[in-house]
Order: sequence, then structure tokens, then C-alpha cells
Amino acid sequence: MMWALRDVSVYFGPRAALQGVNLEVKSGSIVAVVGGDGAGKSTLLGLLAGTVGTSSGHLERPPLARLGYLPTSSGVYLDLSVAENLAFVARAHRLARTRTLERTHALLERAGLAGFENRLAGELSGGMRQKLGLIRVLLPEPDLLVLDEPTTGIDPVSRRALWAIVARAAADGAAVVVSTSYLDEAERAAHILVLDRGRPLAEGTREDILRRTPGILTAANAPPVGETGVRFWRRGTRWRIWWPHGVAAADGAGELVVPDLQDAVTIAALQHEAEEVSL
Amino acid sequence: MGAMIVKEFLELRRDRRTLAMLVLLPIMLLIVFGYAARFDVNSIPTLAAGPRATTVAATLKSPFTVKAVVPSDGPSQIKAAIRNGTYDVAVYATRAGTRFYINGADLFVAQTAAASLGRVSTPLASLKKFLGTLPPAVRPRLPAAPTVDVLYNPGLKTAVVMVPAIAGIILVFIGTLIASLGVVRERQAGTLAQLAVMPLSPWDVLVGKIAPYFLVATVDMGIVLGLGMWLFAVPMRGSWAGLIVGSLLFLFVTLSIGVLISSVSQNQGQAMQLSMMTTLPQVLLSGFIFPVASMAPGVRWISNILPLTYFAEISRGIMLQGTPVDHLLRPFLSLAGLGTITVTLAILRFHALLHPVRSRRRPARAGTS
Repeated sequence: MMWALRDVSVYFGPRAALQGVNLEVKSGSIVAVVGGDGAGKSTLLGLLAGTVGTSSGHLERPPLARLGYLPTSSGVYLDLSVAENLAFVARAHRLARTRTLERTHALLERAGLAGFENRLAGELSGGMRQKLGLIRVLLPEPDLLVLDEPTTGIDPVSRRALWAIVARAAADGAAVVVSTSYLDEAERAAHILVLDRGRPLAEGTREDILRRTPGILTAANAPPVGETGVRFWRRGTRWRIWWPHGVAAADGAGELVVPDLQDAVTIAALQHEAEEVSL
Repeated sequence: MGAMIVKEFLELRRDRRTLAMLVLLPIMLLIVFGYAARFDVNSIPTLAAGPRATTVAATLKSPFTVKAVVPSDGPSQIKAAIRNGTYDVAVYATRAGTRFYINGADLFVAQTAAASLGRVSTPLASLKKFLGTLPPAVRPRLPAAPTVDVLYNPGLKTAVVMVPAIAGIILVFIGTLIASLGVVRERQAGTLAQLAVMPLSPWDVLVGKIAPYFLVATVDMGIVLGLGMWLFAVPMRGSWAGLIVGSLLFLFVTLSIGVLISSVSQNQGQAMQLSMMTTLPQVLLSGFIFPVASMAPGVRWISNILPLTYFAEISRGIMLQGTPVDHLLRPFLSLAGLGTITVTLAILRFHALLHPVRSRRRPARAGTS
């Protein structure tokens, strides 16, 4: 099965939240939607989840009963216990009792929440609550899993555990669309869509995006002085300097660097910005 | 402190709905209640019956408004007419004397009627007493003083009349307020988005939201009425089944209003203010405190859209007067109508909340990342 957005645009009044976005996600694969604040990630995920309507374009998504959506909050009921939260979802989806018990047990084990069944969700740590939110969504075995920044604000250990659950869901056959601000997480996805102010900036596999990165990238201990046409930014303790096509790298501009995904996304954003300025 | 005050002002300014309610609510309440707050009863629907009905009807003055003159009716027909709520006062006039029947279940009307009749009968009785001291030869003949029979609440006890309506008021407060926080809590906790993508219909959510409160409120209602009957000797003269059906219908309407409020409120403050806007008029305009007939016509119509007006009519009618259910069809049907309207509105509202895509092509709410 494959779910898709085809040339979709969303307007909130006169403002375009998404413009001409295409996306395909197949069963068993993970698509990462990457972008900064206001890029349109939540709008895109809302389209797939059915909480946001399209202004134009075509949308292919499963019916609600076959869809799992985790919004930016964990979406769990804080005054219900872990088991009660899962039981609510099972009842709402009319899941068979035996299958529910099996699946609940397996998901609790996978999320490291076995033994916490009777604890109120409000008494769980942030990471545990987010994992509960995720397994709640996974309980009905959705065909399409839509996760809106599930790891934001979560400690690295919990992030890893969350991603393990997501990867397992994909391996079990779910199509997964996940938005994230962490590019290292996006690298785990089979397909990456980079958004900037509602428009697709780059997309493809990690390798596709890296291969299409234009110009030359160097790393130096200090920013360039007196150079025109170059763009630079700080990364860690050093500086990255991007020399677009047609701008020759100056002598002593630092050593040549093979861009990683973070560099590639930054360069795509800078190029997009430059194109807008020239227009 | 200054920073805190400025911040609070900014937040209040942004929450325009709350601000509007804070400003408009007191004005609206003042105007409505100002015109409604009248204890005086100027017109009492009266039936004149008995062989001398026509003569007596011609002598009755305000507040008695003779609506019908039926010389052929006897005391049993008169009592039935009052029990069924057609008239509040009936006069049975024969050559032997005049007897007034007053509906004691309608306290304000009964008190006004009793006071008006007292203005005639008390001086007449005093005069008779004085004349009784005179020799029979010079004693003039005086008409017999009318006798007054207060039905259903002979002592005109306030508690007997109030308890059936108080049960309704308690449940209006509890039911509306608690139910009004239901969806707001989901919205504020961020769980509404989850509900939107679950295979639940607006009806599922509405019934799910109401059901637990409905059960608790039903138990509450039983306790309040039971205690009221035990502590204040409130009688039960009519059909239990009718009272139960009326109570359940009333609870359903009350909780539906609460859920509807919840679905249109953005936060708990707004929900509580809107609840207040619906509960206060019920207390003051349903005839519980001020007689509906005494209200200015401009605000009197409001009582017709308040569920408590009809519940009070049903509970007082059944408990105090033993009114048969078939004579209470109007309040029963009105409650059912109000329930249908509020539930329909709540469902439409839930539909918009849970399925914004299907409700409008271009969503108004921005989902940003």
C-alpha cells in the first residue's frame, strides 16, 4: 500500500502554509519531514491525519480506523493509568480482546513500560509518557503512522528507544511519516522531505539530497573576510563556508568538506533564500 | 508587580471572548433580572363555577382574572381543573355561600390570592363579630364571608413548593458546570487531536461525555428528592414513572447544554462564564423565585427556553398536585424539544471539532510547525 500527497497546497486565509508539496510513503518505509519553525511540518502531517484540509491537490490516505496519529503532545490522558489509556484505544477501535491483550503486552515490553501498567500517565516521566503515546497509536496496528516531532524535548536514551519502536512498526508493515527537527534522526528515514516556509526545499534519499548539494563546502577556524558571494555559518567550534556555483573558493578558505545532511539542508535553505532575493 | 499587572492585562485583552463576557454579562443580567424581579402577581387565572357563578364573576376584581364561567361545574370539576393546571383559583358560588379554591402549589399566586381574599373576609368577620353583640332586632343581615380552601399546600409552606424545584436547580448547577468542562479539558490537555483521528462519531463522543455525569446526576437527583420528601414532608401525589421520565429528560437537557458550552469554549474560564450565563437565568427566570406571570413581557419569553421552567412544572405538578402525565404534555414535549435542539447543536459542533476537513474546505485554524 502507498499513501501520498500530490501537488498539495494549504492556505490559511491569504497565507500559504504549504505550496505544491508531493510526498509518497510506502508500507514498511519511513519518511522524515524536516524543517525549521514555521516550515509547514505540522500542517503536512495534519493533512495526512485528516485534521487539516487541503486547499488544492490530491490526497491518498487510509480511513481513520487504519490511521495512527501522534500530535506534538503525547495525547495521553494524564488521569488514566497506562493500562486504561491503552484500553480506551482498544475499545474505541473495537479491537478483539485476545489480540488486544497480546499486543498490549508486546508493546509495553517494547516501550519499557511493562510493570507500569497501573501507574497514572500523569505520574510518568516525559520520555515514558511519549512512549505511551506512541504505543497507544500503534495498538490498532495502523497502516499509516503519522508522528509529529515525537522526540522533541526527550532525552537521548528515550529518543533511541522511541526510534526503535518506530522502526519496528515500519518493519511490521506500517507506512511511517515522522517530522523532526533533528537531522541525525532524519537520516534513519528511507526518504527525506525538507520544507522551508511551506515549500519543498529538497527531497529524496539521504544520498540523493547530498549528491544534489550545489557548490563547494569548506571548513575553517574563522569566517572569511572580504569574500563576496559566499555564505558561512558556525558549526560546533568551527565555521562552514559555502561557495556556490560560479564562486571560486579563495586560497586559505579552509579544508574541503563532504557535506552531511545538516550541511546539505543549510545549503539548500541558503540557496532558496538567494533565489528569492534575486527574484 | 507592575510587570505582572501588565502581563495579565495583555492576556485579558487577547482573550476577547472572556473580555466581552466580563463587560456584557453584568449589563445583560442587570437588565434581564431588573425587569424580571417582581414578586407582585397582578393577574390570577380564575374559574367561576356553581349556580351563582355569573354573579360572583362580575364582582371579582384584580388580581382575579375570570377566564371561564361554568355554572354547571361542581367542586370535583373545580379541583380537577386546578390539579391539571388550567386555573390557579376557582370560586364555587351557591346561595348557601361562596368557596374559593386556591392552588397552594403555586406559592406566589396562592399567597396573593389568600391575601386578597383576606382583605374581604377578615373585615367582614370582624364586623360580624361586632354586630353579634347587638340585639337581634337591630342586627342587619350581612352576606356570608367566603371560605377559602388552599389545595395541595394548606399551610402555604415554602419548603413544600421549593424542594421539587430546588432539586432541579442543584442539578442545573452541578450538571451544567461539570459537563461544560469536559471538552475544554480535552482541548487544553491536547487529547482532542487524538479523538479527531479515532474512529469515533460525534454522537459517540457526545454520549460518552454525558453518560458518566448522567449516571451520577441521576443518583444525585434521587438523593435530593428523597431527602427533600423526608426532611420537609414534601408529598408524592402523582406518578413515580412520570417524575422519573421528566427528571431523566431534564438531566439529559442540562448535561447536553453543558457539553455544548464545552464545545464552544476555548478554555475553562470561558466555559464557566457561559455556564453561569445559562444557570443564573434558570434560577431567576424559571418561576422558581419570581412568578413568571409578573415578569415584564420582554423577558417573560426567556422562561420558555429554560429547561428548569418545565422541570419545575412537572415536579410540582406530579409531586404536589398529583397532576396526571397527560396534562403535563406541554412541559414534557418542551423538554424533549430543548433536548433535541441542544443535542443537535452539540453534534454539529463536535463534528466541526473532530472533522474540520469535512466541515470546511479551507480550515481556519492554522497548524504550524
